[in-house]
Amino acid sequence: MSPAALVRESCGRGLQVIAVCDHNSAENVKAAKAAAENTGLAVLGGIEICTREEVHVLGIFEDDHAIGSVQDVVYENLNGENDPETFGEQLVMNERGEVVGRNKRLLIGATSLSITEVVRIIHDRGGIAIASHVDRPSFSVISQLGFIPADLGLDGAEVCSDALPDLPKELAVIRSSDAHRPEEIGKRHTRFLLEKPMVAEIKMALHRIDGRRILA
Amino acid sequence: MNLNDVVQNLGLEVKAGSDALDTEVNGGYVSDLMSDVIAHGREGDLWVTLQTHQNTIAVASLKGLAGIIIVNGRQPEADTLTKAGVENVVLLASELPAFELVGRLYKLGLSGMRT
Repeated sequence: MSPAALVRESCGRGLQVIAVCDHNSAENVKAAKAAAENTGLAVLGGIEICTREEVHVLGIFEDDHAIGSVQDVVYENLNGENDPETFGEQLVMNERGEVVGRNKRLLIGATSLSITEVVRIIHDRGGIAIASHVDRPSFSVISQLGFIPADLGLDGAEVCSDALPDLPKELAVIRSSDAHRPEEIGKRHTRFLLEKPMVAEIKMALHRIDGRRILA
Repeated sequence: MNLNDVVQNLGLEVKAGSDALDTEVNGGYVSDLMSDVIAHGREGDLWVTLQTHQNTIAVASLKGLAGIIIVNGRQPEADTLTKAGVENVVLLASELPAFELVGRLYKLGLSGMRT
């Protein structure tokens, strides 16, 4: 998916904020942000980290240094080399959609970081930590760990279908597309009441602080 | 057969629950997905897994499992050990990979089937 297609589809579907969250990598965030300049679309930098329990956790950040730092920790704890024939090419693009690099790491793999460590690493760098696709039968905190550990400190849980999974009442639920292809963008979305489309504001909404909230 | 028999025969390391090793073992179950163990684990099963997260203890307690064996030389996390102590769940560890460990458990007479 090129940055231009990502931005075009997102705007076309009326989205105002998106988070770009590749698996164990954030190398395409910069291009997506650049492609969205002057379009009115806010692009947040994110990463979907695969924990040692094989749970997917989204980390979303305002600050580019923070996401770079998280990516460094992920790379330090990720083994293996990608086989493009089996898993496909892992392209890094610029904002014009030109291929500027190929990521050789086995991004499909799991890190050696526990889910507890991953949430802490995200929070230490000012990010929000959201359990990915908790309604899915694989790579979700529910499938891998049976239920959400009470003291984990997640900021929210992502649901990608119309399902209503059994989740702790206090945990914010967001609906999103988990889009892997342009045609999937915006299939589901969440409406937030925010002052600005910023990570800190979303965090407040997830925790229902100062009037920020998720709208029904 | 009780847990102590299994520990002695397979040279397992007792990580937690050493005062409950007289617990009877009725059979075995292998899975790394806790949602699957919640669905299919049976009371008295010895659970073989590579997961080391503290939720294993809650699942074992919920299902009345005889105990947990962590395979491949993996080490339980600190809060897993604490929780095992609180919940009095027997937590064992082996250097063996899961396939080998399960083969040896089967040879001892444990089965994954219940008649």
